[in-house]
Amino acid sequence: MEKIRVVHYINQFYAGIGGEDKADIAPLEYQGAKGPGIGLMQEFKEQADIVATVVCGDSYFGENIDEATGIILEMIKKHNPDVVITGPAFNAGRYGVAAGAVAQAVKYKLGIPTVSGMYEENPGADMFKKFTYMVETKSSAVGMKDALQKMAPLAIRLAKGESIGTSAEEGYMERGIRVNTFMPERGAKRAVDMLMAKLNDQPFETEYPMPVFDRVEPQPAVKDITKARIAIVSSGGPVPKGNPEHIESSSASKYGRYSIEGVMDLDETNGETAHGGYDPCYANEDLDRVIPLDVLREMEAAGEIGSLHNFYYSTVGNGTSVANSKAYAKEIAKFLKEDHVDAVILTST
Amino acid sequence: MVKEIESQGFPVVHMCTVVPISMTVGANRIVPTIAIPHPLGDPSLSVEDEKELRRKLVRKALVALETEVDGQTVFEV
Repeated sequence: MEKIRVVHYINQFYAGIGGEDKADIAPLEYQGAKGPGIGLMQEFKEQADIVATVVCGDSYFGENIDEATGIILEMIKKHNPDVVITGPAFNAGRYGVAAGAVAQAVKYKLGIPTVSGMYEENPGADMFKKFTYMVETKSSAVGMKDALQKMAPLAIRLAKGESIGTSAEEGYMERGIRVNTFMPERGAKRAVDMLMAKLNDQPFETEYPMPVFDRVEPQPAVKDITKARIAIVSSGGPVPKGNPEHIESSSASKYGRYSIEGVMDLDETNGETAHGGYDPCYANEDLDRVIPLDVLREMEAAGEIGSLHNFYYSTVGNGTSVANSKAYAKEIAKFLKEDHVDAVILTST
Repeated sequence: MVKEIESQGFPVVHMCTVVPISMTVGANRIVPTIAIPHPLGDPSLSVEDEKELRRKLVRKALVALETEVDGQTVFEV
């Protein structure tokens, strides 16, 4: 039997091209397996071959989503694969978005089945889990072997056209797709059984889970911005020069609250970024590129805004858990209330 | 963070480059910015032009904060 043809999509880091300094490279391709693809090849157990590896820099993809997807699709198409694997991206946000977007485009534009993998809090998971088989992985490459062991067999089965069970049975993320199936008991009986279990505090599994909409109602607009007090918050890791509180470059365990009283401009002497998820050279040269302090000070002086709250708040959004970010934001909001802040500009990188 | 701060009663404008992520996160007022490593600047411009670009982006953010929205809204510069 002929071997299954696989094309694998990874980022510049896993391709061994470089870290953040190379995150702006345009799509390119290699013959055969590269990086985690070598691990996939072992898991394929001679049944499949990675015929090509397509690579794109994470920032390039994030800043040129449509164009990059188009180029990548062309690269993938000409290898005529039976299945395409993207990632695993773990908790790398831009990589997760790229891996998800490529998987979706391949599935819907080329009609080729796809498997992706990432951590459940990766923004790419929520964005794309409906459009591809997405395996849940650990948050970092520590979970590489485990991820590849799940992704490889799923890819092989998809390539062979085998039927795939439910998300709970197979361990991929729920896609929100309902499939007709026969049950031994009729609906009325199942419903009453569930109700009885619920009344008796027994465990039961709903057949129709409600979607979770984690949304916040928009706050009313600011009435008069020229009277408003504005605060700056950022997940791009801006910190005073030297990062006095040692905010971690990823998975930050804290946030910083930094005085900007009397500071009119940021430059290489008074600010830098602690963020390890993007090339820091531009922010380190002029931190106004991440938090626009200089122009806000000008606008404050000119009366375009009422005033600027005299602290900025910062954490590193890179791989930081949702629970931690929420906790930091709650504390930040207390400080904002104390100083009667009216509105917030939050910047992300 | 955007959602939690907003839920505490502050209108928040999210200035970021990868708008789809901001949409997923649930920001209600979004201003798209220049690039991931320099959202509010462009090192290829002269100092004056770069500052003017930043001014434009921040003015758009202020417009966003002054605008009533019923759901997620992107304010293109």
